[in-house]
Amino acid sequence: MYDVNAVRADFPILERQVHGRPLVYLDNAATSQKPRSVIAALTDYYEGYNANVYRGIHTLSVEATDAYEGARERIAHFINAPSPDHLIYVRNTTEGINLVANTWGLAKLGKGDRVVITEMEHHSNMVPWQYVAATTGAELAFLKVGPDYTLDLSDLDQVITPKTKLVAFTHMSNVLGTVTPARTLIDAAHRVGALALVDGAQSVPHMPVDVQALGCDFLAFSGHKMAGPTGIGALYVREGVLEEMDPFLRGGEMVLEVTYERATWNALPMKFEAGTPDIAGAIGLGAAVDYLSGLGMEGVREHEVALTRYALERLREIEELTVFGPQDVAQRGGVISFALGEIHPHDIGQVLDQHGVAIRVGHHCAMPLVRSKLHVPATARASFYLYNTEAEVDAFVAALNETRRYFGRADA
Amino acid sequence: MQMPDGLDDLYQEIILDHYKRPRHKGALAQADLHAEGFNPFCGDEVNLTLSLDADGRIDGVGFLGQGCSISQASASMLADHLTGLTLEEAEELVRTFKGMMAGEHPSEEREEELGDIVSLSGVTEFPIRIKCALLGYTTLQDAIASYRRRP
Repeated sequence: MYDVNAVRADFPILERQVHGRPLVYLDNAATSQKPRSVIAALTDYYEGYNANVYRGIHTLSVEATDAYEGARERIAHFINAPSPDHLIYVRNTTEGINLVANTWGLAKLGKGDRVVITEMEHHSNMVPWQYVAATTGAELAFLKVGPDYTLDLSDLDQVITPKTKLVAFTHMSNVLGTVTPARTLIDAAHRVGALALVDGAQSVPHMPVDVQALGCDFLAFSGHKMAGPTGIGALYVREGVLEEMDPFLRGGEMVLEVTYERATWNALPMKFEAGTPDIAGAIGLGAAVDYLSGLGMEGVREHEVALTRYALERLREIEELTVFGPQDVAQRGGVISFALGEIHPHDIGQVLDQHGVAIRVGHHCAMPLVRSKLHVPATARASFYLYNTEAEVDAFVAALNETRRYFGRADA
Repeated sequence: MQMPDGLDDLYQEIILDHYKRPRHKGALAQADLHAEGFNPFCGDEVNLTLSLDADGRIDGVGFLGQGCSISQASASMLADHLTGLTLEEAEELVRTFKGMMAGEHPSEEREEELGDIVSLSGVTEFPIRIKCALLGYTTLQDAIASYRRRP
């Protein structure tokens, strides 16, 4: 495993103080911090070779195009995609899923068809399918979350029926931390002739993900959660799936030939990349992938498993603290949602912030899960990344104990 | 560990007291005015029911809700102040409170009338929580607006 202190020195923001205390950043499931190399990749592009891609033959444009396409190759390699041609640049996971919903979904689904998702989906992998179902007449069905906060696979064959055309699921829940059995779900989808879409927003940043080993048809993920800049993400599409589909957005770059009457479409991935893309973002994501590859994703996963195990142990010491998620670290990632007695998450978040500890509070864009499965209006959530330490977990636990003492004072 | 600066301004004893023992808890069976407010940012909810006497003054108040201490304490304090007010006076109270959340200082005389409500002035140091403090007031506005729109 890598040296976490050396890694921390790569992230300038970790030197920051918040309310006079060292920043303890535990909101990584929302967005991660960025290493110096990623920030430098952005400024190098803007200061050294800023130009539009694919246009003109001048030197700057050639350099920008090389960097932009070079990043695509490295990002594709990072998830072991067989070719960069099936890696479409998008803004984020949400846009990637919407692209599939609006092209493949609207064209291929109809009355009598079924889309299967899970009860632990983020709104980004639920709302687009609600829309597709309402528009096409297809039916939306759910795999349930069990009492141990893992997916209940006991009725897998009853839910994934021969009518099923798509199984779309999160690889790691952004609320529960649960890692889903992706291969099992993908195989179940393929057995009935359905396609499988993996929401990799929380998995690709934190563990090795290999699209060929998984066998998935789509994988969507966001750059900003994996040390990259905001505004860039990617959608991997298995060869043969989107070639026949109409484009999502129409305009420049995505066309082959245009007359005043009509246009023909460029090949993948450009058919789905209309307009000037986020060139700097793509180059920045390429730098992020280089950084993560340098550490090794096995090492990142190992670090986070150890830290999560330590955190779960320490949290058990706190009276009235309930964790919403699996206890077994082999079945989860470093996302820990919790309740602290009757103290509202918003109040917990406020007191922690005053201690320099950044966590997320709310429904985490998974309202149905939080309300009808966890039976709370909101949760507090701490989430780790490759640079967090046991000392930070200790600071977090100390601040939680202070929070209990603080809100207990009016009980007297 | 010492509590960091600012928190005691936000979470004054009186605020925590209203949070733990909300006033006028319940819903009126026979309400003239009713509205539900929701703050999706943190999941705060406020349900307000009011009844009016023959002169159009508020003579019954019911408040139910769940959420963070600021949203619930603020709505409880509001509920505590409504009895005896006309709807116009209630609207004046909404304006005063919104002004307070925007950093205005009410006159000394007005401050005395506001009582407990003044304890929420510390919220202005935490801009993200202003929405929480306002939830009861925006719900009251909705209740008055739909009462006036009634057929």
